Amino acid sequence: MRARRTDGIVRASGPGARLLRVLLFVVLGLFCLYYLFPLFVMVSTSVKSLAEIREGSFLALPRAISFEAWAKAWGSACVGVRCDGLQPYFMNSVMMAVPAVLLSTLLGALNGYALTKWRFPGADIIFALMLFGAFIPFQVVLLPMARTLGQLGLAGTVPGLILVHTVYGLAFTTLFFRNFFIGVSDGIVNAAKVDGAGFFGIFFRIVLPMSLPAIVVTVIWQFTQIWNDFLFGVSFTVGDSNPVTVALNNVVNTSTGVKEYNVDMAAAIIAGLPTLLVYVVAGAYFVRGLSAGAVKG
Amino acid sequence: MASGIRLENLRKSFGGTEVIKGVDLEIEPGEFVVLVGPSGCGKSTLLNLIAGLETVSSGDILIGGQNVNRVPPRDRDIAMVFQSYALYPTRTVRANITFGMETRRVPKDAQEAALEEFSRLLQIDHLLDRKPGQLSGGQRQRVAMGRALVRQPAVFLFDEPLSNLDAKLRIEMRTEIKKLHQRLGKTVVYVTHDQIEAMTLATRIAVMDNGHIRQFADPATIYESPVDLFVAGFMGSPPMNMIPGRLFHENGQVFVLPRGARERIRFPLDGPAGQGEGLTDGREVVLGLRPETIFAAGAKLPGPNRYLFEAPVEVVEPTGPDTMLVFQIGDQDMVARVRPEDVATPGAAFRFEVDMGKAKLFDAGTGKAL
Repeated sequence: MRARRTDGIVRASGPGARLLRVLLFVVLGLFCLYYLFPLFVMVSTSVKSLAEIREGSFLALPRAISFEAWAKAWGSACVGVRCDGLQPYFMNSVMMAVPAVLLSTLLGALNGYALTKWRFPGADIIFALMLFGAFIPFQVVLLPMARTLGQLGLAGTVPGLILVHTVYGLAFTTLFFRNFFIGVSDGIVNAAKVDGAGFFGIFFRIVLPMSLPAIVVTVIWQFTQIWNDFLFGVSFTVGDSNPVTVALNNVVNTSTGVKEYNVDMAAAIIAGLPTLLVYVVAGAYFVRGLSAGAVKG
Repeated sequence: MASGIRLENLRKSFGGTEVIKGVDLEIEPGEFVVLVGPSGCGKSTLLNLIAGLETVSSGDILIGGQNVNRVPPRDRDIAMVFQSYALYPTRTVRANITFGMETRRVPKDAQEAALEEFSRLLQIDHLLDRKPGQLSGGQRQRVAMGRALVRQPAVFLFDEPLSNLDAKLRIEMRTEIKKLHQRLGKTVVYVTHDQIEAMTLATRIAVMDNGHIRQFADPATIYESPVDLFVAGFMGSPPMNMIPGRLFHENGQVFVLPRGARERIRFPLDGPAGQGEGLTDGREVVLGLRPETIFAAGAKLPGPNRYLFEAPVEVVEPTGPDTMLVFQIGDQDMVARVRPEDVATPGAAFRFEVDMGKAKLFDAGTGKAL
């Protein structure tokens, strides 16, 4: 495609400019170290044995690499009284995050489409009210939400958590899609209307396939939010239905026995891996989506 | 089957602004009607009303004798070509063209047959598996046409379909659209701001201004007998010369004395323009002279109703087949269309001859033709 090249632009030269560039890269390098250092400590600690952690410095490279701590964090670490590791809670998180992300993304896309392409009186007011939802702090909705879940009979369950995240996420997903669709030519929707398609026909067959970049952004955002959420998880689930974030907290904060730093580190990395994965996988589609065909040259 | 279209006292308002102010229009089946006018005159809104993409505020739209005020676009038996082409970017050319048939559940083999026929007709049969993003402007234009043609509706609506093409391609596609119309014989309503497109394509032209239709007639009538100054000034390139002046009589002959003219130039109205009623002495009028009716003295065979005058040339603009000479009468800029071999020098006097038989006369106050 016609990507604009910017690396050919003539830059200032001379010793002053060169010094500034060196300084720039030194600063950037320091920032990199600052951000990468904790990750390095976590990964290296997680593959050390407990003995090595106790004897050596936490900065030192591991002498021998062992994945025992990983296996324990996954399969046998104790969360409260149950010693099955993070695995069941990880599955809880998957069972919660995947439907919640898909539902909130789909509904957000539908909202954005209706708000921009099927304009109705009061559309702007409805959008403003929905936008307001994005600024409501989590804490404010805890009690009403708990009461609603109780009335619905969903208290303390994974489906209840799905509902909470879907509803809370709608403000954000609607915002993302509305802003994307506002840039999509109305002509395309009009053409599809003349071609005989209806509201849902146009949505699923024309508009939704076009919105891949918005879908990817929304999925990354929603997945990160929902997977990493602790407050809703700890408030609305109990014991066996806890998401992985709550279970991780229970593993790390256990007050009995020896503090197993390598298991804690491995557990923390396991709990964080899916968001990284989603970013890498979805990010690849994101780039592809951006370079897909445009409407007009 | 081609259908006729009838608009009866059609009005459309957006909020408090009335955009279409009572339009009546009767389009015969198989006609090619061009809606032309400056931007903001309401021509695209009128087209959207016919398409059903806008709801009428009052009045009636009839397609094929049936009132379609409350009929959604998909049930109006129309197809539309949009200015931006509005192709579906994620679908291949093939899927773009067949989309309308898919939604109408046309059998697959009928879809294939129609696709093949029209993609060959439009010479896009080698592009069927590409996405719109991989096509040039002209190719996209053809795909957009294909998408409209393939369903063979009763009425085609074109919304400035050629305005995004470069000049050369525009002329090619213009000819192709005319060919297609002659071949398919469907009713076409075509919106453009380009008066040359209007002249070349239309069987009848509706000149629009400010929500009204000023004149609805065949191209020759629009060009030769414009009903008012707006139509006269809009159609034709370069536009008609408009000379404000006053009438006076001398020896039974009516003349126009141009306002502010220092030289003794007075145009005798000895053609049809002098036959009107109420041509009283001192009446304020506007004399309309098309550039091609002013030429170099002696350049054409002598004829009746010629008038010779001399004026200094200000600017010489060669276009190739013709040369435009800009000069002044009074404080009015004038353009004459002369042959390239009629040598003129800027600043020097030039002898012009004008065919007063083709002159138009308008009332200065109302702008109506006299």
